[in-house]
Amino acid sequence: MYTLKTGSFPLLEANPNLIYLDNASTTQKPEPVLQAITQYYQTRNANVHRAVYRLAEASTHAYEGARDRIARFIGAASSKEIVFTRGTTEALNLIAHSLARTVLHPGDIIIVTQMDHHSNIVPFWLAAQELGLHLRFWPITPSGELDLEDLERIWSDRVRVVTLPHVSNVLGTVNPIPTIASFVHDRGALLVLDAAQSVGHGPFHVSELGCDMAAFSGHKMYGPMGIGILWARERILNSLVPYQGGGEMIASVSETYVTFNEPPYRFEAGTPNVEGAVGLAAAMDFLDTLDRERIWAEEQELARYGVEILSSVKDLTLYGKSSSRAALFTFNLKGIHSHDLAQFLDSRSIAVRSGHHCAQPLFQRLGVPSAVRASLGIYNRKEDLDRLADALEEARRYFHE
Amino acid sequence: MSELDILYQELILEHYKHPRNKEPISGTYITHENPSCGDSLKIKIDWDGSDRIKRVIFDGHGCAISMASASIMTELLSGRTHSEALEICNCALSYLRGDRKDCTDPVEVVDLGDLEALSGVRQFPLRVKCATLPWHGIEKELKGQRTVSSQ
Ligand SMILES: Cc1ncc(COP(=O)(O)O)c(C=O)c1O
Repeated sequence: MYTLKTGSFPLLEANPNLIYLDNASTTQKPEPVLQAITQYYQTRNANVHRAVYRLAEASTHAYEGARDRIARFIGAASSKEIVFTRGTTEALNLIAHSLARTVLHPGDIIIVTQMDHHSNIVPFWLAAQELGLHLRFWPITPSGELDLEDLERIWSDRVRVVTLPHVSNVLGTVNPIPTIASFVHDRGALLVLDAAQSVGHGPFHVSELGCDMAAFSGHKMYGPMGIGILWARERILNSLVPYQGGGEMIASVSETYVTFNEPPYRFEAGTPNVEGAVGLAAAMDFLDTLDRERIWAEEQELARYGVEILSSVKDLTLYGKSSSRAALFTFNLKGIHSHDLAQFLDSRSIAVRSGHHCAQPLFQRLGVPSAVRASLGIYNRKEDLDRLADALEEARRYFHE
Repeated sequence: MSELDILYQELILEHYKHPRNKEPISGTYITHENPSCGDSLKIKIDWDGSDRIKRVIFDGHGCAISMASASIMTELLSGRTHSEALEICNCALSYLRGDRKDCTDPVEVVDLGDLEALSGVRQFPLRVKCATLPWHGIEKELKGQRTVSSQ
């Protein structure tokens, strides 16, 4: 039934036995992305925005062209809304830092969720510590979802920001962002979206989602490491103070004053990761060629099949029971520690992650110290899940008999 | 033997399934954590009133490697004096890291017995930390750099 032609992934081709199921950590890179990076260095490398010679213009053109491509990919109103960062983590730090120093006041409340990654919790925690803000956790339901009634319950008029993941990197839950956005906007707060686990998986349009700011990483969507995006409405970016200082982010500097450049440049201090921007744009071309609607439809099929087959494995506990889910499965086998299980699966050439997945508050809520996570990408097939299920049965015998 | 079987030798799985000196701990104890996996171990030393360890007990959850290592450790350290225990700790830590090849101490007071079965971790650099976890915990206590908790 699988028809998606994914093109060539050199690492996977070089390791035909490898079943790579750690795509929520990072994805493998397709040939066109690798080519775009090499080609950039071979034909257009120069520093951007800084010189008048033609090569520098070509490099600047590549960088700004990537910005335009990214704006189109996520449905941004203009490329001025696209800020290049190192990844989701840096984008979320930028958001927390800049919001705290401009629109937030001591005593204001920020809501994060129990299913957040540390990179969405800790930046806001740091800002809260420094500026006297308060963090409140939106609890999850027993099925691993977010319920607006719970948000209502913890709401107060001091809530200024709600920040949450689009897709949970542990539970696989896809959160209903448009509904949450209207709830939050009706009460005059801002909605920040950690889109690390969603942008590369299907259609993603900021205007349809209704969030005010979003963050994601190139390397989790078949692009290179070290590049990520902060998207925010232009009006919001205009109101924010810079995150880092340096070259390119200023309008002018004298001994007595500094004025800042306009967004997005205000937030991009220093020489940027041009190869990363170019590689990310190539990853977006690649995904669009495959058709994002179809990628998501096929992932849905894998998500259903994964739940079905993993539920049939004896002694397996699957965390996250939402029916609105990605092909990402976190589980434990009774009596086997996640590290031991992951080690066993590696011996069968199945790469999965084990541990707390940078979501300790969630694991405290689940009441387990760690778990194994299998997360699928566009090159995975139902057969990979079959082999996973078989290896899990084998592991149970290995450790228990 | 496959690499996996070298890591999970019979003896290791046996200690994991039937840990020695593992029981609920109350009073004052040492906690030691592996931040990368969230595993946490409680260790308690029962002194005989002077310089000798009557018994070491542990509790907590962790992988087969860290649990087996803790179980072996409690056996190796019970009955030892403070300085012998420290010596065994040093010896075990360098053995598990692969800095040291044999696991019998030249002083001969020290025989690291079942620890040998853990030597498979050397082929799995990421798992060395699992094996050394209990030893780092008790080393801190023996050196007086306590991370003590009480219930
Ligand atoms: C939901 C979520 N948010 C944020 C991050 C952090 O992404 P990065 O390490 O690329 O900054 C991750 C990655 O593990 C994630 O899964």
